[in-house]
Amino acid sequence: MEILGLLTDGILVSLQPINMMLILIGVTLGLFIGAMPGLGSVNGVAILLPITFLVPPGSAIIFLAAIYYGAMYGGAISSITLGIPGASTAVATTFDGRPLALKGRASLALVTAAVASFIGGSVANVLFTVFAPLLAKVALIFGPPEIFALMLLAFATFVGLGGDDLPKTILSICLGLVFAAVGFDEISGAPRLVFFEISGFLHGINFLVLAIGVYGIGEMLWTIESTRGEITTTEAKMSFKGVISDAKEGMRRGWKGTAIGSFLGFFVGILPAAGATPGSLMSYGVAKMTAKNPKEFGQGHPGGVAAPEAANNSASTGAMLPMLTLGIPGSPTTAILLGGMVIWGLTPGPRLFTDQPEFVWGLIGSFYISNVFALLVNLSFIPLFIWMLRMPFTVLAPLIFILSVVGGYAATRDMHDVRLMLVFGLGAYFLRKLDYPLAPAVLAIVLGPIAEPTLRQSLLLSSGDATIFLTRPIAGPITIVALILILLPAFKMIKDRMTGPKSTPAG
Amino acid sequence: MRLGEIITAGIMALLSIYLMWKSTELEVGYIAGEGPGGGAWPFWLSGIMLVCTGFIAFNWVRRSSPPSQSEEPLLDRYGKKMFVLVGGGLLGFIALINIISMYGAMAVFLLYYLRFLGRHSWSLTLILTTSLPIGFFFFFEALMRVTMPKGMPFTEPFFNFLNTIIY
Repeated sequence: MEILGLLTDGILVSLQPINMMLILIGVTLGLFIGAMPGLGSVNGVAILLPITFLVPPGSAIIFLAAIYYGAMYGGAISSITLGIPGASTAVATTFDGRPLALKGRASLALVTAAVASFIGGSVANVLFTVFAPLLAKVALIFGPPEIFALMLLAFATFVGLGGDDLPKTILSICLGLVFAAVGFDEISGAPRLVFFEISGFLHGINFLVLAIGVYGIGEMLWTIESTRGEITTTEAKMSFKGVISDAKEGMRRGWKGTAIGSFLGFFVGILPAAGATPGSLMSYGVAKMTAKNPKEFGQGHPGGVAAPEAANNSASTGAMLPMLTLGIPGSPTTAILLGGMVIWGLTPGPRLFTDQPEFVWGLIGSFYISNVFALLVNLSFIPLFIWMLRMPFTVLAPLIFILSVVGGYAATRDMHDVRLMLVFGLGAYFLRKLDYPLAPAVLAIVLGPIAEPTLRQSLLLSSGDATIFLTRPIAGPITIVALILILLPAFKMIKDRMTGPKSTPAG
Repeated sequence: MRLGEIITAGIMALLSIYLMWKSTELEVGYIAGEGPGGGAWPFWLSGIMLVCTGFIAFNWVRRSSPPSQSEEPLLDRYGKKMFVLVGGGLLGFIALINIISMYGAMAVFLLYYLRFLGRHSWSLTLILTTSLPIGFFFFFEALMRVTMPKGMPFTEPFFNFLNTIIY
């Protein structure tokens, strides 16, 4: 009951006119920043942080949290309408969001994304309110072996993402992980995999360079060629009745993905150094694995949009938990929010809840209000995004290419990355034609920077004994499940081979 | 496609070997007291890639993957034309950025794509080639404070003029 009273007070704080106005501006700005490839919530929060010194700390963090929320909703927009992930958190949304848009069902994808985001955000808000201090302690139990086991589980779910061609899927995952290792070795500080001694590789390969190359250029070239320029997205239409019917269909076919994303996303979000990106990717993988017909995923299934969208919103709230309760940021954006709190004179940590209850509960209350506003703002802008899709393809295509180039540059401000993006794009076009699954490579480059250090730290802890992943009480079961998932397709392949080939050679 | 499949597998195998060789610039084994060497992670992953290319080649011999069964060319006439025109356009766009700025290159690319590939009217082409780069300029430079490449010095007067509007 005490929590309810505090929450009511918090909601009342966020309903003050100045805070309401800041929430509305924040979610709208966040929506557009999140939708722009190359820019994410981290850019929006960092750029607008100095503006918040004009208002009291409570209002300031409410504004920044609203931007964060809006950006989580916005990331899906470019993933669905343009096929370019607006941010790493929306990479998985592209897998089914784009095929739905290409089938002329962009409104279904956008509405599903908005509703799933809302549900994910709401579930996370309730979990946050009720379990904040307890979950913060659980998150701290996760050391390097447990986080690596989680990453292994994520990669295991990727194996299922690539369809039937297991060697190509594994090759794709390994390629993404190797690209993630380019730059400097974090432990020794020595340059690593600096190809042909080109200095641009010293800062590593940003995941967006690969993601935009694959989806913004490679996939676009493939679409232009395979459809001979006749794209069906021009059939996209939008009406109020349509929104209601899309919301119903999206939830009927995507409820499971929404539920998985809401809970899994929140849990991964609270882990220090994990955040919304692994949460959304893992949720997509688990939703696909547990679906009645996993082959529908990747072809335009609303569940494939709902799972990552529910997860990234849920995880973004979850990532606030270690920041507020322990002073440990769960994502780059929360790291900036943490910096802001320190500048405002607040000390994040266990005492924050007792020393500054009005601030903490005002912020928690604002999550609830921001979530509702973000849904309404997002739904009201959907007609604009649909209108974009009704443009002739010969207008939309150069726009996508321009956004790809600009987004590739904005991510790292280095022309080397733009050139690399073109190379990846052209390479992805040919690999796509030859049935190489590229989504696992993109997912691997995102998770690689978490997987490698945790593996090395774990092996250092165990003096090189790899059984550390099997003997620890939390890491053990996760690793076993991951290994089973990895080996299942191999067993299936061997069984198929033994019972005879499925297809007959042609030509 | 069949020929493309085995050539690509070969290229991937060579890439894997190159990555393995490149990884050995750092220690690829276990260093006592330090854990796995800096090259271990990419080395073993590249090794797995190499094994995968072996399986892809094996599937090619058995004709068990769809591309290894297909006798269609990897790029037909339309595909080649599209690849040259669109891919070449993108290459030109990126090459022009350091000369006439991101915004100038954007305008040239839009002009090329809308007018010559899309065959849109001059009026639509000119409206988009001027309004979009200027819109992008104000969004990135003024609102998001992201500075895009400005090209060679001769573009300076133009950007000085636009900057006077911002500041």
